[in-house]
Amino acid sequence: MKDKFKSFRQVQSLQRAIRMLPKQLRLDIVRDYGTIIAFIVLFVVLSLTTPAFFSGRNLHNILDQAAHVGIVACAMTIVIIGGCFDLSVGAIFAFAGSLAAIIARAGYTEVGILAGILVGLVFGFANGSIITLLRINSFIATLATGLMIRAMALVMTGGLLIVVTDKSFAALGQGRFLEIKYPVFIFAAFVIFTWFVLSRTTFGRYVYAIGGNQEAARLSGVLVGPVRVLTFCLTGLAAGLAGVITVSRISQGVADIGTGVELDAIAATVIGGTSILGGEGAIWRTVIGVLLLRLIGNGFNLLNVPPFYQGIFQGAIIIFAVALDTLSKRNR
Amino acid sequence: MSTPSIHVECRDIVKRFDAIEALIDIDLVIERGKIHALVGENGAGKSTLGKIVSGVLRPDQGQLIVKGQPVHYTSPYDALADGITIISQELSLVPRLSVMDNVFLGMESHRSGVLQRDVMRRRYAELIARSGFSLPADISVARLRTADQKKVEILRAIARNAELIVMDEPTAALTSDETDKLLNIVRWLREVGKTVVYVSHNLEEVLGLADTLTVLRNGRLVRTAHAQDETPESLVTAMIGRAMALAFPPKVPLDPDTRVVLDIQGLTRPGIIEEVSIFVRAGEIVGLAGLVGSGRSEVARAIFGADRKAQGEIRVNGRSVRISSPNDAIRAGIVLLPESRKLQGLIMTLEIGKNVTLPHLGTLSRASLIRGRQEFRETTDLLEALDVRPAEPALRMTKLSGGNQQKVLFAKWLFRRPQILIADEPTSGVDVGAKQAIYKLINSLAKQGMGVLLISSEIEEVLGLAHRVYAMRQGRVVAELQGVALSEEAVMRTVFATTEGTVHKQGEDPGAMCR
Repeated sequence: MKDKFKSFRQVQSLQRAIRMLPKQLRLDIVRDYGTIIAFIVLFVVLSLTTPAFFSGRNLHNILDQAAHVGIVACAMTIVIIGGCFDLSVGAIFAFAGSLAAIIARAGYTEVGILAGILVGLVFGFANGSIITLLRINSFIATLATGLMIRAMALVMTGGLLIVVTDKSFAALGQGRFLEIKYPVFIFAAFVIFTWFVLSRTTFGRYVYAIGGNQEAARLSGVLVGPVRVLTFCLTGLAAGLAGVITVSRISQGVADIGTGVELDAIAATVIGGTSILGGEGAIWRTVIGVLLLRLIGNGFNLLNVPPFYQGIFQGAIIIFAVALDTLSKRNR
Repeated sequence: MSTPSIHVECRDIVKRFDAIEALIDIDLVIERGKIHALVGENGAGKSTLGKIVSGVLRPDQGQLIVKGQPVHYTSPYDALADGITIISQELSLVPRLSVMDNVFLGMESHRSGVLQRDVMRRRYAELIARSGFSLPADISVARLRTADQKKVEILRAIARNAELIVMDEPTAALTSDETDKLLNIVRWLREVGKTVVYVSHNLEEVLGLADTLTVLRNGRLVRTAHAQDETPESLVTAMIGRAMALAFPPKVPLDPDTRVVLDIQGLTRPGIIEEVSIFVRAGEIVGLAGLVGSGRSEVARAIFGADRKAQGEIRVNGRSVRISSPNDAIRAGIVLLPESRKLQGLIMTLEIGKNVTLPHLGTLSRASLIRGRQEFRETTDLLEALDVRPAEPALRMTKLSGGNQQKVLFAKWLFRRPQILIADEPTSGVDVGAKQAIYKLINSLAKQGMGVLLISSEIEEVLGLAHRVYAMRQGRVVAELQGVALSEEAVMRTVFATTEGTVHKQGEDPGAMCR
């Protein structure tokens, strides 16, 4: 008896299937390209509402201001895809910058810059080694090392401002080539470098693997420890580089710069759509995340909104981005 | 319309995941107090249906009617309020908590939030008396064997006064003796008036247990019938849409003088495996039989360097090798197809192709730059050769059925041919068709000269494929069986030996005691 209706029901279910399909598709598109869409929308709105926004000078400023967080965020993305967090980057940032300033003030500008970057690498190596050898959760381990490194920076500087008067030291952060500041170039180079490492090399593949399933990766012969240490070397290096650039830009080193850089970097990564659970994500996503955050800040300035409101807006975006990621996973 | 004997009714149930239709227009009546089995190949939709009945999943269309009332469950808690609960394939216990705490999780006895452990103890004792299980209340669940963990879940269901229990592949991780015990428990549940929806693809098991059977294929209901009207053959035909016999490929005879590829001497991890000495010839399939906990998987893991280093000597082609990590083992030509596909084998966040090449990136790269085109070409070829459907390296792992995922796992270890393949439960959780394909594959690998060490809880599988079988008990190899001595009875007898009094005695041990 029911069979009479069967073909009718099938037609019905087919119709429903067609109606359902775009909805699922929409969610996927929003998840995959939501940040880009938000970025474009914000960009267009700002261009139309504020004449000052769409000018070469303002756009250049946005990139220049995004550079230091952007460099750290790209490296942070690699650590997060590998299934960890690095909360010590802010402290490394400060230590590296202060060290560079101290050495530069003594008259060895190039040595200072190099030493700042290298010390970041060394701290990163130490972080990675502590996490893999002692098997401490990365969140806790880098929280602790971050405290220590920040304190070491205070000890080293004596809590004082280290003003560098040498013009050549300031060149790294303020110099221009073809009207574009060096930090923008360095940011761009670092983006390309991390993108390449993550998507084209065996190391990059191993990072995705250990973040996705560490045990399965180990049983596939991946040397989990060294790969993980290397990811932390990258965040250390990036934090050192960013710290040196920032100190050079303001021509003074001090132990309390870079507070919150770790959170900005994680926020940018998450807003871009990289999963905080590890195993999934991409550098381009983080670049969009960084730029979106900068765009919000810039827009608030241009629209004369008090900066106090910025945090509310940025926080809401982070919640939105993560909720979207979770929702689309649940529907899968 | 509904009579008192109808417990749950599904009308026109439809469920989709992305664009894939997991269930299409399912009409089903589940009678009270019966064991109703849902059978079908992997991906047929039987688990999905079980999850819809128990409120884990929501149907996209259709009507679920429980005890004559239409219901719209949005979570398992809603279903539990109607006395329906599920024991899922994956354990849903809190490993660190004790048995008792797990059983009463969410329904603890308390006075304004303060636990009353003495009351709970009394309730637990009643529960034990009622069910006849013997499970200590205070042991942590993580320390129990899988079968006992299932018992905890059943106790939990009973404690919640469940009237209908959905069991999703409850015997998947159990050995045969544990399975028998569990099946008796299921029968007991029926005796005390509970309804059981039993999801399984083990046909023999289901035929001996269920009152009613529903066969699903590709998300559609093929038929519902009384169990006594069905045979394994009729079910297989219904499940796959054509007749097929579950048979093993013919064993390739092996010259006893063939060189030994893998020679293990005195492998020991104190308290876990003791003085295990085994060998595998080139082209030989060697079975490792034993109960769960007998140390068979631990032997495999020790050879592969998966756990802390074991004592003993491992020789590959006569040369002694040092293996302290999986990486060392792979270099030595030994690979392990692990027991748990999702936990140890595959990386579900990576695409299919990247899973396959993960252990072999060294051979696919120069100066650590991956040669992407070569990777894509070679994986596509291999996936096609192994009949993975679809054979698309760029597809997400989650888009594949269990059987196809298992084939990808094989592809991963065959991408560069190893000398020795250790396969731990190579057919767990795969359907009949995929099982057949895996048997053929293992057989042909051996034919090509690979040494295979096969571990399986299904004794027929070991007997059907292996040239020679080592039986393990309590961490030791207790017998080596081959030729005429290799029979199901002989393996069972040596494997159970002292632990099971029910095994009928016979004159002498058919297998020679191992070295």
